[in-house]
Amino acid sequence: MTTSTTSAMGGIVRRREDPALIAGEGRYVDDIKMTGEASAVFVRSPFAHARINSIDTSAAEAIAGVHAVYTADDVRHLGLLLAQVAVGPLRPLLADGSVHHAGEAVAMVVAEDAYIAKDAADAVMVDYDPLPAVVDMKDAVKDEVKAHEGAESNVLLTWYSHDWWPGVFELEDHRPAIAEAKQRDDVVVVSQEIGNQRLIPVAIEPRAVLADWNHGYKTVDLWSSTQIPHALAGAVAKTFGLTSHDVHVVAPEVGGGFGAKLNVYPDEMLTVFASRELNRPVRWTETRREAGYSTIQGRGWIGTATITGTKDGEILGYELDAIADMGAYTQNFTVAIPVLGLYVAQGQYNIPLAWNVACVNTNTQTTDAYRGAGRPEAIYYVERIIDMYATEIGMDPADVRKKNFFKKEDFPATTAIGLTMDSGDYEMNLDTLLADVDYAGLRKMQADARAEGRYVGIGLSTYVEVCGFAPSVLAEFGFGWDGYGMPTSFSGSGLVRVNPDGSATVIIGTGPSGQGHQTTWAQVVSGRLGIDVDNIRVSHGDTAESPMGVGTFGSRSAAVDGAATYEAAEKVRVKAAELVAHMLEAAAEDIQFADGGAHVAGSPGHTVTWAEIAEIAYKPHKGPEGLEAGLEAHAVFSPGNATWPFGSHLAVVEVDPETGNVEILRYVAVDDCGNRINPMIVDGQIHGGIAQGIGQALFEEAIYDDQGNLLTGSLVDYPMPTAGDLPAFELGWTNTPTDVNPMGVKGIGEAGTIGSAQTIVNAVVDAVSPFGVKHIDMPLRPRRVWDAIQKARG
Amino acid sequence: MQVAMTVNGRDVSGDVEPRTLLVHFIRENLRLTGTHVGCETSYCGACTVQVDGRPVKSCTMLAVQADGCVVKTIEGVADGDDLHPVQEGFWERHGLQCGFCTPGMIMSAVSLLEQNASPTEDEIRHGIEGNLCRCTGYHNIVRSIEYAASKLRGEEPAPPDWTLDFEGAS
Repeated sequence: MTTSTTSAMGGIVRRREDPALIAGEGRYVDDIKMTGEASAVFVRSPFAHARINSIDTSAAEAIAGVHAVYTADDVRHLGLLLAQVAVGPLRPLLADGSVHHAGEAVAMVVAEDAYIAKDAADAVMVDYDPLPAVVDMKDAVKDEVKAHEGAESNVLLTWYSHDWWPGVFELEDHRPAIAEAKQRDDVVVVSQEIGNQRLIPVAIEPRAVLADWNHGYKTVDLWSSTQIPHALAGAVAKTFGLTSHDVHVVAPEVGGGFGAKLNVYPDEMLTVFASRELNRPVRWTETRREAGYSTIQGRGWIGTATITGTKDGEILGYELDAIADMGAYTQNFTVAIPVLGLYVAQGQYNIPLAWNVACVNTNTQTTDAYRGAGRPEAIYYVERIIDMYATEIGMDPADVRKKNFFKKEDFPATTAIGLTMDSGDYEMNLDTLLADVDYAGLRKMQADARAEGRYVGIGLSTYVEVCGFAPSVLAEFGFGWDGYGMPTSFSGSGLVRVNPDGSATVIIGTGPSGQGHQTTWAQVVSGRLGIDVDNIRVSHGDTAESPMGVGTFGSRSAAVDGAATYEAAEKVRVKAAELVAHMLEAAAEDIQFADGGAHVAGSPGHTVTWAEIAEIAYKPHKGPEGLEAGLEAHAVFSPGNATWPFGSHLAVVEVDPETGNVEILRYVAVDDCGNRINPMIVDGQIHGGIAQGIGQALFEEAIYDDQGNLLTGSLVDYPMPTAGDLPAFELGWTNTPTDVNPMGVKGIGEAGTIGSAQTIVNAVVDAVSPFGVKHIDMPLRPRRVWDAIQKARG
Repeated sequence: MQVAMTVNGRDVSGDVEPRTLLVHFIRENLRLTGTHVGCETSYCGACTVQVDGRPVKSCTMLAVQADGCVVKTIEGVADGDDLHPVQEGFWERHGLQCGFCTPGMIMSAVSLLEQNASPTEDEIRHGIEGNLCRCTGYHNIVRSIEYAASKLRGEEPAPPDWTLDFEGAS
């Protein structure tokens, strides 16, 4: 029983999603219109921390076309916003008595249209008593000002590498050994305080939601621009006392996610509430400026990284002592994001680790998962400090890395925090990159450029990431949807149905936002069944039709849901082989599927089509006796481990010392995500990921003033990269498949971001190292680079 | 206020408030929802349309300012079932992921190629600087526009640069 099609695994297939999207016919939440719908607009706090004395809604309510104005008094009975990892203060749906970050929603106006609702929102009078705000996370740990009045401390908890999950992992505390190593004569200790600034995700589609409560059916239909439709259905059900099957969530086209839509938000609950109260559909669409207040932000760490190592490049200890800014409230995974960093804290290196990250509240917007979620931060720290260590001991940064790698024979390898990495061959991957770029030649080019007075730098980074979170027991740590009333682990699901006409329908539990699942899942099924991809339609994101799913995030969909779909297709194939065996009077194990049908091995001329197979499947009187009618299967895949992709990135930059401007001359990445379903789509994921890492390295920063006002809430003030800022990317590929899923695929959605920010910073620091510059904090805008040069020059 | 204009070759009119934005007139009154709103500062370019042949950010133009104008939106770019070469390029060279910026990006690319039939990569990159994409890193958008430029000149587009070979940079 074998299968072959040209469009299966590894094939370039144009995206099935694209024809609608390039014609302007894609349907996003804001494109869906319902009869009688009303629009919601929020009244938001101008203060980062204040008591609310009173809210006067009368003038707003008097405006023609206004249906209602709601405050905390109206929605308090619904409880607080649900969170998956509920450590720390949870967010009220509307500010209740006080506000804890600028832009927090205080009231919701619902009106005939958004123009009227905006007018009315301006007419809501709120009387505040401002309170001192704590904005900087280093101030927050001092606890002189509390982000929440009456809180015991701003520090919610501190994660330690040696006891991150007590009772499950018995781990060695590496701190004493590292302290001892520091006393040795033959070691150097390299230490640097390094920031990893807060970012705004900026999916180009702002979030949008449309809720329609039906009192007759006692159901809710909810369209939302979300990555997690099933979890959202659970959260709505739990909040409103419904069961999850009463809540029908649809994530239609989703215009980018990046973690920003991996959350349940107050506006989703409040539009449902308003729809219930007003008995009409209610819509809310985020404005861009509002998104700085209404959607989570990412990163926001400051920490001191230290490497203790010998003068010939053997690392004896890596320490990180850091603070991570949680913002004002705990939402979905807020306090667990540093744990995702801890997973990859030691990078590709088999070295002793002592890591601690304190999670602190400040009077700023909540932080949560942003592309990479903890892993870009962690890799940034280890890859920056290892570069500084290489400089200190005068060793080439590639050689230092190689000397400390986990070796190929170490796999499956156990990390310092007790986890098992599935597969890896780091030296082969780095060597591939170095050979591709002619590393020695590049260094010579750099030396020649320096001799001409040009400040050219070469930056290198390796990384390991972890994705497709598993095993199931992690749900007990918080990586499930229990907090949203959907007790699940992060299993994947897929349903494959061969229809009576021989076409196939595939329904999956993911929530993609541009990753091309309709194409790649068709390839997976085509690869199993031999049905042409054009004859396979894939749908997702609709909780009424999808099998139970957990959404799309953490680079998990291919490795988990994709594997489930592979297994569902396999079940269909086994059954279809029995049907074909009956039709062709052959043995099932001799049946081969190819080119839209099946034949007996050795007799390719005698074929049956999928339409013929399907007909006897749906007409049991024509099929083998006793076989259940129909031709569909569902599979749930719960992998025994996460997957651990890795890669090596290199950048060549030139710095203009007169202006501090950084120009990227080359960007080369060699990523290893195991087998690839569609290399075109893998390339695209890497490109986008690199762009986001470069955005952090050179341009982006969410800046608050000392009163807690977000100064960078519009795209004018928040410079995400444009086409003119970026080079063409040069990509290579190595392939180290995983054995944790039947396709041998790892994740690739976040890899580019995890590998790139420090690659750029390492290159820029290398470029300006002749001035004596050792480190510059991101973003490396010209002024910051210029200042660093001036300071180093004295 | 009454406004009348030609949109995608069709004469349309409507009654709007003076403050109604052109993008809202297009999306709400005409129900042409391919033109998207991604910011409100004319920075992201998702709302780009052509007004009298020039690319315009329709989120910062009032509907009344377009009175009497000829407007083209993404829905008017294809010739019936025949895709415009720029649309074809985006499909052939994976120039989109989530697709939200795509209509505006295509409108800017169409305008760019109308002004410059043989742009260099640098000219393409600077030509679409008014359109932001968060998914693609622009690499394949540039390749898509290069594909379209070749097609419009009647030339064979360069082959794609997918990373196909094992252990090798493209």
